[in-house]
Amino acid sequence: MINIKDITFSYGKRDILKDISFDIEENKCIAILGNNGAGKSTLIKCLNRIIPVKQGAVMVDGADVFNMSRNDVARNIAYVAQKTETSRVTVYDAILVGRKPYIKWDITSEDRRIVDEIIDHMNLEDFSLRYIDELSGGELQKVMLARALVQQPKFLLLDEPTSNLDPRNQYELMKRVRHVAKEHGISVAVVIHDLNLALRYCDKFLFIKDSKIFSYGGHETMTAGIISDVYNLKSEVIDHNGIKMVVPLPEEPYGYEAAEMKHLRVVGN
Amino acid sequence: MSNTSVAGESLKSYTSSKPRTEYNRYVRIKVLVLIILCAGLFALAIFAIGQGSAKVSVAEIFKTFIGQGEARSQTVVMGVRVPRVTTAILVGAILAITGVVMQSVLKNPLASASTLGVSNGASFGATIAIIVFSAGIQNSTSAANAISVTNPVLVSTCAFIGGIGATIIIIALSRIKQVGQQGLVLAGVALSAIFSGASTLIQYFADDVQVAAVVFWTFGDLGSTNMKEVLIILAAFAGAFIFFMINRWNYNAMENGEETAKSLGVNVNLIMYSTMAVAAFATSIAVSYVGIISFIGLIAPHIMRRFVGNDYRFLIPTSAVAGALILLGADSFARLIIAPIILPIGAITSFVGGPVFLWILFKGAKRK
Repeated sequence: MINIKDITFSYGKRDILKDISFDIEENKCIAILGNNGAGKSTLIKCLNRIIPVKQGAVMVDGADVFNMSRNDVARNIAYVAQKTETSRVTVYDAILVGRKPYIKWDITSEDRRIVDEIIDHMNLEDFSLRYIDELSGGELQKVMLARALVQQPKFLLLDEPTSNLDPRNQYELMKRVRHVAKEHGISVAVVIHDLNLALRYCDKFLFIKDSKIFSYGGHETMTAGIISDVYNLKSEVIDHNGIKMVVPLPEEPYGYEAAEMKHLRVVGN
Repeated sequence: MSNTSVAGESLKSYTSSKPRTEYNRYVRIKVLVLIILCAGLFALAIFAIGQGSAKVSVAEIFKTFIGQGEARSQTVVMGVRVPRVTTAILVGAILAITGVVMQSVLKNPLASASTLGVSNGASFGATIAIIVFSAGIQNSTSAANAISVTNPVLVSTCAFIGGIGATIIIIALSRIKQVGQQGLVLAGVALSAIFSGASTLIQYFADDVQVAAVVFWTFGDLGSTNMKEVLIILAAFAGAFIFFMINRWNYNAMENGEETAKSLGVNVNLIMYSTMAVAAFATSIAVSYVGIISFIGLIAPHIMRRFVGNDYRFLIPTSAVAGALILLGADSFARLIIAPIILPIGAITSFVGGPVFLWILFKGAKRK
């Protein structure tokens, strides 16, 4: 169980985040949503002390992250950055470095076993010795996710993991994230812009607006009204063959869009 | 994922898995590279000890090592060649490993003691010590001993202050002003120019003998160290090497970017500042005894990155040996090519290192 209490972060006198409090249950994946510059990425960097907060607490199974050593934080919380810096290291080495919080002098057979398991689990066997600066965006994100998983975290933070991926890889990655959360009992917080990806693979939705939580809840909270308030964007939330979807309507629909809409049942406003 | 088994499967299925086997082979190749380099360095060291105006056979060298050589061999080998060869090995290794870690913590492939102005800063400090504080004397009996450091502690201290001064400016530019990679190297050029200008001013007011001594010193000379000074350089190398090896996993984590490194438990600022301080200290010690020797800190790491990648577990030791090999090779060339005249080592490494570095850059650019 993850409890986030009253997180406040400021740049100088300007509050970027103010009194952010929410909980995430085990196995659950939450989407952090909001406009560009709303403070989504800042929030997840505050949660694992990449940037220092002004006040607040993050509890992982009752233990206060802000009172832990850096290594202990890394053993509890893993993070995949928005922008991955690539280097001349192999996929295997890039994943192995995820064991850094556990390494005393050098890697052990236990570290190697965990890396081997993850490589097998994520189907990375065929390119484990390829250099990561030669990988495609989708492959690289898989490797970064694998690196985060060998940290054996209880809480996984992902900062726009799908932003540079094609639609197929976006769905593949989010499906894998969802699977990981369920199978290994990890709580996941993912910053994401694609509302349909969020709807499909996340359990709860945290909307941030004006430095505060605007809304936090399950699928019922993903409504056209909230989307309009947060993004200033007109949309319709529809049910397409049993799948809830957001259809953005930035202006009057074009002819073909209007025709398509007739076949879809509107479920929320 | 609180337990150790990620997929909940047993150990035995992974002990012989394909990635594990392939990775073990990959690691063995890196170890082999290190062994080959060490063997090459040993062979070159024996060659360098044996060659010169007085030639000494390999068998005689080993006899001398165990105290059974002739008196003449004892003088030549233990009194002249071994200190010179050891100095070349240690200084080459220091310049290479400090180059490697500077490139890591500053995220700049062009970073090294010479390109960032650290060497020139140290040189400026040493110049002050020699001229202003009279910590060095000129010895006119031999060209090879044109300058002797009479107060190594003072010279090293002043060199360190100069080197660390340049380092602080570089860190400030990198961290506070967020100067980019190219900008940082240009800043290094500017810093070098400032320190050179300051050194010139000091020399302008010095007498002819002191100026001659400092000018000769700045050429770079590996032949003026005695065994006591070699031990000081060895201590600097050992300290820096151990410190960098202790932090090898931190450098590996920092290859993924600052945020990811922090998320892996690395105290990025502490590692960066302490690494730069240790690198500046070790470089300053080396520079204070042998003068400015450029390009080793760039060439050795870049060659080794192509063989062992950016894995600092192997990059630091292989770069150390490669740096030693390059400097010892350059010194042997400088000593033997038009013997008995000994060419200035700083000029040789620049002549050899500059084109090699350009070749590496162009090769890398072409591949991209």
